Amino acid sequence: MGIASAALALSATACGKSSTDSGSSSTSSAGAVKAAIAYDIGGRGDQSFNDAAYAGLKKAEDELDVKGSEAEPSEGEGDADKVQRLTALARAGNNPVIGVGFAYAPAIEKVAKAYPKTTFGLIDDTSKTGPNIANLVFNEEQGSYLAGVAAAKASKTGTVGFIGGVEVPLIKKFEAGFVQGVKDTNPKAKVLTQYLTQPPNFDGFSKPDLGKAAAQGQLDKGADVIYAAAGLAGSGAIEATAKAGKWAIGVDSDQYNQKGLAAYKDHILTSVTKDVSDSVYNLIKSVKDGKPQSGEVRYGLATDGVGLATSNPAYSSMTEMVAAVDKAKKDIVDGKITVKTTP
Amino acid sequence: MMKFDKDKLIIGAAGPVLALVSSFVLTMLVLLATGLDPIEPIRLMIDNAGFSDIQVLIVNQTGIYYLAALAVAIGFRMNLFNIGVDGQYRLAAMVSALVGASIELPGPLHILVIVLTAMLTGAFWAGIAGILKTTRGVSEVVSTIMLNAIATSLVAWLILPKNFGVQPEGSNNLTTGEIAESGWFPGIDMGEGNGVIYGFTFVALALGVVYWFVLNRTRFGFDLRATGASESAAQASGVDAKRMILTSMLLSGALAGLSGMPTLLGETHTYSLDFPVGVGFTAITIALLGRNHPVGIFFAALLFAFLEKTSSSLDVAGYPKEITKIMQGIIVIAVVVSYELVRRYGLRRQQQKVGEELAAGGALKTDKEVAA
Repeated sequence: MGIASAALALSATACGKSSTDSGSSSTSSAGAVKAAIAYDIGGRGDQSFNDAAYAGLKKAEDELDVKGSEAEPSEGEGDADKVQRLTALARAGNNPVIGVGFAYAPAIEKVAKAYPKTTFGLIDDTSKTGPNIANLVFNEEQGSYLAGVAAAKASKTGTVGFIGGVEVPLIKKFEAGFVQGVKDTNPKAKVLTQYLTQPPNFDGFSKPDLGKAAAQGQLDKGADVIYAAAGLAGSGAIEATAKAGKWAIGVDSDQYNQKGLAAYKDHILTSVTKDVSDSVYNLIKSVKDGKPQSGEVRYGLATDGVGLATSNPAYSSMTEMVAAVDKAKKDIVDGKITVKTTP
Repeated sequence: MMKFDKDKLIIGAAGPVLALVSSFVLTMLVLLATGLDPIEPIRLMIDNAGFSDIQVLIVNQTGIYYLAALAVAIGFRMNLFNIGVDGQYRLAAMVSALVGASIELPGPLHILVIVLTAMLTGAFWAGIAGILKTTRGVSEVVSTIMLNAIATSLVAWLILPKNFGVQPEGSNNLTTGEIAESGWFPGIDMGEGNGVIYGFTFVALALGVVYWFVLNRTRFGFDLRATGASESAAQASGVDAKRMILTSMLLSGALAGLSGMPTLLGETHTYSLDFPVGVGFTAITIALLGRNHPVGIFFAALLFAFLEKTSSSLDVAGYPKEITKIMQGIIVIAVVVSYELVRRYGLRRQQQKVGEELAAGGALKTDKEVAA
């Protein structure tokens, strides 16, 4: 109780000063660009989304001489906490300030108005726009469509599996594209679909044992290619699939090259890449060059913002499959195939 | 007389203080063990508490925790462990947001409908556990945990766009639609960049007074505490224990439902996938730490809000903000241990004193004191 009353006394005496006042906004104009990332739940080390954003910041630090800072959310926080975090980052002279994930949309809308000279990056959301907001979005369904084509071609049993981390609209885009890709390639193929958890339980993005159990279930039902769009939980699915000697398809980054999965790499047929790191890097670069991106910046197949990784030699050796994937890619880029975004 | 009261107060405060001190010491040891400066993060947190935007966050979070902890405490007083506060809170926030977004009424009425919906939903969800306990003897610990999981699935299903949810154009979020401005609870604007203190925070504090009054100054409160202390004894003196169980479960659920209101009516005006979760679990610790007393709970809620909000920027300074999680976790264990230690000490001390006074020939006086 003693500490609490001390805290109360502090709050009572120190009113009127904002944490954001302490930022040194004057120094930022001296040449060096400061960029900041506010992470999604999970933070750095999630082997997926947040890590990809960090990779972009790191690249900007190395190549553009940018000073980067990062901030992580607390569990169970609300919009007010996000507003406070973004405000503190903007006031400290960071430009751009990038919010990773759709949860930052309402907060960015508010803070962007208060800091019209700062560019705000918002990943995975176009619902809130403004002159100083760059909406960095991806056509995940297009990359997933190609994965569907590859899965249908590689499957011998005619049954393939999709594992989604958490049942949210974003992951449903992955499912929609994958299922369409499979069905367009082999109308008779069966797609098993499973989601690991329901929001607000986001364990489905972080617990590999959940992915492992789900993959085991699909393998038992005859699936021989499994695509897991489940962040860190997906590595469990890859492990189970590889141990059974079947094909796994990774997500977000090229998981064939991921150190933690080296033991199973031979069974990672390909990965659906989503170039979050490039989008972060490009935004920082545009601000540094004095031509900040604004509005919707879309990364699709056409710009290689999403795509299929080809680093596994086994992938390239299946020439018929590679040809089918390349043709599908061309058709999507040319607009001959429109990929659905909802299943 | 006075001395006896002072003793009671000291013994009452010793438990939480012992728990807090040991949690701070252990957290510092953890920091030392990981090779970090143990003092600097604490200093940074105290610095942060001096900023008014952080203060606003602390005040608002205190209100939210206070409501949820009152919900837990009312169960504790009745010897019921409502672990389902989190589920009741989420379901109530979701359903009331849905109702609030689908109707439009003049200001106060609109807010009243939303608040009542939240209370009824929370009470309904907790009431299921209450009915299961009174009719089938199902432990409320088990049933409320299970109801939490069911609430998660139910909310996830209700919020699908094909049911009642809305997916805003270009967003990857799902919401229940925006509540019209007439249903926003007015707050106190603390100036540009500092945020707004939710008006509902004051409702939360007022409910603390109501809680105290009902429990300590009404027949119902007496029955509730009596049943909590001994169900069979209460039954023998004419209290319908089953009815008390159900009623307190309903009250607990209604309060749990209210704990979503500061956020919903003051900030988000919609229930979405990123609506804050876990409030109901933190509240259990807060109620324990506050010894189910409205004033104790207030300080415990304030402490937890302080720990959370002042630590949120520690990672920018290079310190893991998870240290507050460690601190909170240790508090839970330490509270249980220290309360037991203090209770035993108090008991021994009382016996000692009675013994001393008896030996001094003051038996008559002691009798009076004990009776008082």
